[in-house]
Amino acid sequence: MTSNNLVYLIALPLFSSGFLMMLGRRADKWGHIFATLISASAFGIGAFEFLQMLARPSESRAVTQKLFSWISVGTFQVDASLLLDQLSISFVLLITGVGTLIHIYSIAYMSHDLDRRRFFAFLNFFIAAMLLLVLGDSYLNLYVGWEGVGLASYLLIGFWNQKPEYATAAKKAFIANRVGDVGLSLAIMIAFATFGTVSFAGVEEKVSGASTAALTGIGLMLLLAATGKSAQFPLQSWLGDAMAGPTPVSALIHAATMVTAGVYLITRSNFIFDNAPTAQLCVVIIGAITLMFGALIGTAKDDIKKALAASTMSQIGYMILATGLGPVGYAFAIMHLLTHGFFKAGMFLGAGSVMHGMDDEVNMRKYGGLGKLMPITAITFGLGYLAIIGVPPFAGFYSKDKIIETAFNSEGIKGLFIGGAALLGALVTAFYMTRVIILTFTGAKRWDEKAHPHESPFLMWGPMAILAIGSVASGFLLSSGNRFVSWLAPVVNSHEVEHAERFQPVVVTTMALVAVLIGVAIAIAKYRSDVPRVAPTNVNIFTKIARRDLLQDDFNEAVLMRPGQALTNFLVATDERAIDGAVRTVGAVVIGSSKGIRKTQNGFVRSYALLILFGAFALLATIWVVTL
Amino acid sequence: MNYLTSLGALPLLGALLIFTLPKSKSNSAKWLALATSIAVAFLGVLIALRFEIDRPGFQFVENYSWIPSFGINYSLGIDGIALVLILMSVILVPIVIVAGWHESEGGRWGSKTFYILILILETMMIGVFAATDVFLFYVFFEAMLVPVYFLIGGYGVGERAAAAVKFLLYSLFGGLLMLAAIIGIYVISGHQGGHTFDIEKLSQLTIDSTTQNFLFLGFFIAFAIKAPLWPLHTWLPDAAKSATPGTSVLLLGVLDKVGTFGMIRYCIKLFPESSKTFTPIIIVLALISILYGAFLAIGQKDIKGLIAFTSISHFGFITMGIFAMTTQGHSGATLYMVNHGFSTAALFLVAGWISKRRGSSTIADFGGLQRVTPVLAWTFFIAGLSSLALPGLSSFVSEFLVLVGTYTRYPVAAVIGTLGIVLAALYILIPVQKALHGPITPGNENLTDITRRERIAIAPVIAVIIFLGFYPKPLLDVINPASVATLTAAGFSDPAPTVGGK
Repeated sequence: MTSNNLVYLIALPLFSSGFLMMLGRRADKWGHIFATLISASAFGIGAFEFLQMLARPSESRAVTQKLFSWISVGTFQVDASLLLDQLSISFVLLITGVGTLIHIYSIAYMSHDLDRRRFFAFLNFFIAAMLLLVLGDSYLNLYVGWEGVGLASYLLIGFWNQKPEYATAAKKAFIANRVGDVGLSLAIMIAFATFGTVSFAGVEEKVSGASTAALTGIGLMLLLAATGKSAQFPLQSWLGDAMAGPTPVSALIHAATMVTAGVYLITRSNFIFDNAPTAQLCVVIIGAITLMFGALIGTAKDDIKKALAASTMSQIGYMILATGLGPVGYAFAIMHLLTHGFFKAGMFLGAGSVMHGMDDEVNMRKYGGLGKLMPITAITFGLGYLAIIGVPPFAGFYSKDKIIETAFNSEGIKGLFIGGAALLGALVTAFYMTRVIILTFTGAKRWDEKAHPHESPFLMWGPMAILAIGSVASGFLLSSGNRFVSWLAPVVNSHEVEHAERFQPVVVTTMALVAVLIGVAIAIAKYRSDVPRVAPTNVNIFTKIARRDLLQDDFNEAVLMRPGQALTNFLVATDERAIDGAVRTVGAVVIGSSKGIRKTQNGFVRSYALLILFGAFALLATIWVVTL
Repeated sequence: MNYLTSLGALPLLGALLIFTLPKSKSNSAKWLALATSIAVAFLGVLIALRFEIDRPGFQFVENYSWIPSFGINYSLGIDGIALVLILMSVILVPIVIVAGWHESEGGRWGSKTFYILILILETMMIGVFAATDVFLFYVFFEAMLVPVYFLIGGYGVGERAAAAVKFLLYSLFGGLLMLAAIIGIYVISGHQGGHTFDIEKLSQLTIDSTTQNFLFLGFFIAFAIKAPLWPLHTWLPDAAKSATPGTSVLLLGVLDKVGTFGMIRYCIKLFPESSKTFTPIIIVLALISILYGAFLAIGQKDIKGLIAFTSISHFGFITMGIFAMTTQGHSGATLYMVNHGFSTAALFLVAGWISKRRGSSTIADFGGLQRVTPVLAWTFFIAGLSSLALPGLSSFVSEFLVLVGTYTRYPVAAVIGTLGIVLAALYILIPVQKALHGPITPGNENLTDITRRERIAIAPVIAVIIFLGFYPKPLLDVINPASVATLTAAGFSDPAPTVGGK
């Protein structure tokens, strides 16, 4: 089926963004309202398409829209063409829905910023790029959105780039993403060399004829792309620094939507991964490593946004892990992605609300006892907290529990390892999230003297409240009656495969809940008493390493950055001395001898004119000789 | 009507008119030059509109006997590749004139001479792409150097004289090698049915492989100097640093393309066998250029030097695409030539404007420009994004075509070349951060933002960059048949996909 509306989803925010940038200061008064309305209307189109889709039988729910022939060279044919199916509509609603809420929130949050209009132009640009990412019907169309969101992320992380360290954070994010993009580029090249097409449908159709080597190559390259965009090991280091961006950006881009693009990419490429077991195993391993990696960093962060960022990394680790678990895993991955979109965006907005009331203080050691003064923030944040640690009946419970269960039940010894990692991750998550709650909302006041914490205005708490409702209800709504799994089945081919289960669901759930309880109990025991305002320095080596983000930056600097700089300096020096020097020596000899020969000449201009003449004569003379 | 001759003669006519102006009327010279270049651009567009996409071979053919005793003809004609390059050239010239409205002031000679040189150069540029007689091509190829030499040496900055000489010596060396090769192939044609310089007839010759290799190298080295390939690149950064921004645009944007154009038109067409023999070496040199240019760009302290080295990296991509010998590689490389022309123009022009305002082109002297001169800063940023081949902007399409076209035949080279996209992000974002972001460094507080004249000059460039990113079809449709023709004639066909291939 075709539709004519899909393009507006992208075109509206794209043009709005360009419009607001071109108008400049002239649009300062109303730019934010305009951008918010545009985002809301994109949500309206999405909702309309969703209702239409519901009305159709499940096998004919996908719609496409061909716009124009984009690149056409020989057999390399790529159309600018959009595809809306059960998978992409889930993202469209998340992006435009949460996106619009965050637009609304930002009206108040950014009200004192001189460049608020520019901020909203960037937000609209992000919405457009992200929608293109999930709506493109080929890997190359996806790539445009993929780098588009990277650019939006760069612009928004560096929104206050007059601070050098913020500008550096933006650059770091873009570079790390570019490393991932090498993977996406190569995946597309291998796909074209193998299948002669780069559209999803075309590749899926021919996938059975491809060699395992080619599919593994594509799979691993897609995984590389995913690690860059979704801040997975080993390209995770940019996400913490990305918190330099305004908090609504952290909520929308670096929690709810863009960073989950890797999960989308792998799910969209299910036909590749299902036929490339080695690549799939690597997906699982990367997911398991990152979910522990992020969780461990989360335990040591005093900056509320960085703690949440670490948790995002870890939760996306869960999703990536799930996408590596075969057909049934995809649905759970996307389900966790959606619930996470609600509760993590909600908590980030909550963090923004706290910062708003605390003069942009981000150090949780200088918070404390804020629950009474900011009750709405505390409650909405608290609901997000219950969701993320996985307490029933909150959203995260349904989605995360399913992932842990599927992990445990995957075949062989692998299942025990990854199931164990997922379970341990749940324990650590419970610990560090409880720590965030205790340090921020309970206990004694540890504020700076000038702080006057207050509740945020309605424009801010309204979106927080809506997201909190999502944190409560979305898990149950999506999982009851296996609703989401069967919704996504046509896309990921997840027809219920029953196999021997190692653990019954009830056993896994019990284990998970016990793990959560242990995590919460440790946190309470540790932070019940007074918390020092300055982070203690006499801590063990493990805490020190965790505070340094498990040495991720130290590693990158030692292995990549410094050798790269040394190489650059070496090359610059040799280019000047060796290569140019050699040429110059030759040049000097030529000049010297020519000067000697023609002392009456006073410049190269004339001598060159002569040489041209000489050349032409020589040519004519030779021709004359050979034609004799 | 002799479209191509008219197109080439028009700038010459303008130059002549300027020559007759009295010396005091430097302002009239400017306007006259601008009017001429705009007329040329219109004629160029008209020719493009009359170009028949599906007709094989050269179009707008003109053929007159010039020196009959030697078989030299004045023959012109264009295929799709020549057409898009001519189109790019004639569009860039008026932009360069508007952008550098005051560039001619303060040179060694007056404004009149400056515009005469620019217009003569335009004639040469059109001629070099339109010539279908090898001798005629050689004449344009060499004569082109003269106006550039004077433009650098007479109107540049810094060590302009030294840079101009260096440029000249390099080009001269390449030109002499090519001259020898031209004589060689001419001699051979004499043994096989009569002396000729006609490119089509020359491509029919049978040449034994040793001779062919020598002749190939004669042409190739000349072209590899022009579109600088490592290690023949060292003249370019000096020339780019010393030339005025407008001259740099014409030098890197158009003149250097003669090199890559020549590789397609002459090296592959005349010596298909040798092209095959030397492909491995050339691909390696191209890869070195991609990475080497990028590393050197990262290490540059001067903004103009940086743009020059990014170009060396880009020429590496173009050369790799050409010698991948696939349709995607060839069309991608040709489109890359056009896109590089526009994105380099944008970078050089904006860099020139801000350097002039600041009185320095050292990157470290800038800082926080996004807050002082927002429009200039954003323009530079978009040009930079095009240089790093961001999807949605024109360079992405060509760069990706080159990579995908290379991958199907030389996967390892494509993988190594793809690493260049990470380096590209570094060489653009590092200067962007230093110059545009951060606190406003002392000395920059009072810089003025873009003027109306500058807006008029840069707007079409940015528009082209964005438009071709989304809709490269008009150009690709013209380029594709020429790419296919070149490759078919040289005996190459695209590798078929492993699954369901034909």
